Amino acid sequence: MAQNDPTPLAVEEVEVRGHIIDSLILPKVLDCITTAGGSFHIKNISIGHDRADPSFAVIEVRAATNESLQEVLAQIADHGAVPTASHDCQLVTADIDGAFPEGFYSTTNQRTEVRNSGKWLPVAEQEMDCGVTIDPPTSAARCVPMSEVRQGMPIVVGHLGTRVFPHERTQQEQAFGFMSSAVSTEKPKGVVIRQIAKSLFENRQGGGKTLLVGGPAIVHTGSGNLICELLRDRYIDKLFAGNALATHDIEQSIFGTSLGVNIDEGSLADTGHEHHLRAINRVRRAGSIANAVETGVLQSGIMYECVKNQVEFHLSGSIRDDGPLPDVITDALECQRLMRRSIRDVTFCLMIATTLHSIAVGNLLPAWVNVVCVDINPSTVIKLSDRGSFQTVGLVTDVEPFLRSLLAEIRRLEGEQ
Amino acid sequence: MNSTSPHILMCPPDHYGIEYEINPWMSTARQADHATAVEQWLLLRQVLVDCGAKISEVPPVAGLPDLVFTANAAIIYRQQAVLARFKHEQRQGEEPYFRQALESQGFSVSEAPGDFSLEGAGDALFCGETLFAGYRLRSDALGHQQIGAMLGVRVLPLELVDPYYYHLDTCFCPLAPDAAIYFPPAFDDYGQRVLAEHVSKLIPVEENEARCFACNAVVVGRTVVTNSGCPQLHQQLRQAGYSPQETPLSEFVKAGGSAKCLTLRLDGEEAAAWANTRTASS
Repeated sequence: MAQNDPTPLAVEEVEVRGHIIDSLILPKVLDCITTAGGSFHIKNISIGHDRADPSFAVIEVRAATNESLQEVLAQIADHGAVPTASHDCQLVTADIDGAFPEGFYSTTNQRTEVRNSGKWLPVAEQEMDCGVTIDPPTSAARCVPMSEVRQGMPIVVGHLGTRVFPHERTQQEQAFGFMSSAVSTEKPKGVVIRQIAKSLFENRQGGGKTLLVGGPAIVHTGSGNLICELLRDRYIDKLFAGNALATHDIEQSIFGTSLGVNIDEGSLADTGHEHHLRAINRVRRAGSIANAVETGVLQSGIMYECVKNQVEFHLSGSIRDDGPLPDVITDALECQRLMRRSIRDVTFCLMIATTLHSIAVGNLLPAWVNVVCVDINPSTVIKLSDRGSFQTVGLVTDVEPFLRSLLAEIRRLEGEQ
Repeated sequence: MNSTSPHILMCPPDHYGIEYEINPWMSTARQADHATAVEQWLLLRQVLVDCGAKISEVPPVAGLPDLVFTANAAIIYRQQAVLARFKHEQRQGEEPYFRQALESQGFSVSEAPGDFSLEGAGDALFCGETLFAGYRLRSDALGHQQIGAMLGVRVLPLELVDPYYYHLDTCFCPLAPDAAIYFPPAFDDYGQRVLAEHVSKLIPVEENEARCFACNAVVVGRTVVTNSGCPQLHQQLRQAGYSPQETPLSEFVKAGGSAKCLTLRLDGEEAAAWANTRTASS
């Protein structure tokens, strides 16, 4: 489970009805909950206007464990507070591979639970736009993508017996939360970058995993060496990218150019336009990026650091790719599967200068993983939020100055240690 | 005052005895003296008749010793009777007999909603417009709320915290729409606050008298009939303008009941606002 996955509190929604204000039943129930070590959140309350009008309140009761929750529930049930949900989720067996039964429950990226045999089960591998299956032998619930449905799988249909817990930022996340206003170029970037540096720093200290989703502009803008530093110092644990980032990084390593432009001088190199193809060719001849590193073909750069520092990377292909590099996975579904498996322990995600990859990864991440999206184009950040990754913090800026400032802030934090 | 004569349902103690133990008062080792019990019951009946009450009777049934405690038969609201659903199976056999008796009195008898326990007027007493309902030991809070919705009245549940006062009518007795006697320690802090807020004239009862079932009183007009042994309460009642009257009920105390438990007011208690505004129908 991801490190900052919200603590799996045991939760049940209860309802109290009647003259709950005059009779002090509501304050009594609430006192009962807190005295027994639980906590509550009043989700809905309606107060009757005159003496004959009853009132009602819907209260979410939380406790640290299911056992203590059951104790709290038993106590408040005596005062007339009873669970609102008394239905199990409905399960329909998948009749074919690769498709859900009609009316399937479509997931969000928020923490979800389904009720089965009277018990609420947490849904594992939370991801938006999936279905939910309950594994028959273990009775464990998990998200299942459409393409991975197999005939015979029990699939949750409808909304009965399902519940979603919108992600609430904890105290610790509040500092980070101030940035999550609308995307704007007007933000004070220094403060924001300091916060991102702090998050990266703390994530590493706390044993969390940081994922970088990067586009080739990182190399074009001459920031490859800054990423190399972050990789060497274990600030980045995983890299998701396409053929382009890896190709131009390797091109720069071998020829000193990116898309034929000398990175140091900004001038066009002779026959520079061929460099990226020659770079791909060399790696293809080596068999893989790791082999290229091992045989000395590749001696620096982002991909080199990934291999040397055993940073897991996944390169996804597209129809416009040259080559591609031998490590590029061209089967999109296979790539989704690999990325899905890889993001399970990710606790922080940096998306830099890439639109499609950012959206793809945003789709896979649960809502409680903080995401920072940096792009010169505001629409990339907006698109990510529009597609449901509401936890995204957007920063509209050029990549190179961003990374340079970020690294400086990290070094400052290290100095304070 | 009610405009017609007070109407009370009772059940002769032909088959009364301590045959099981379902409250802390009961001990099968401490039997009620049958002859004394019959004598005490007849005395109570006479006191009530002397107060001007009309008494109707539920025929006694062998094997149902607690059928004498008619207060638990139902909640009465105008011509409706919400039949009891007893918590203990020992008393569940009483339900059809109470139904029959109430139907023969012309009541429209309905079952309590859901599957909640509900022990009639023993746990539900009108004081003014409000139905005060005792819960936790015998009746369920949720059931009372549903009855409140069913009858369209305000229900204020009061948690009973002392097993010796297992029914509301053992620790709370409305005297008038704004007055009641009660034994405070039978309620928790919330319950005491609710009573203080909603009943303007509350007369507290001392523990030694509460143990004599001082609160288990039958109110007919301004007369308040209790078990003997409650002199302090009687003095307070006299000061408040009531006429207290005692009658010995020791053999019924052995089963955890007293005057009020042995009666069910069919035309509405003196303290029930609806009983004082109803048209002459009973």
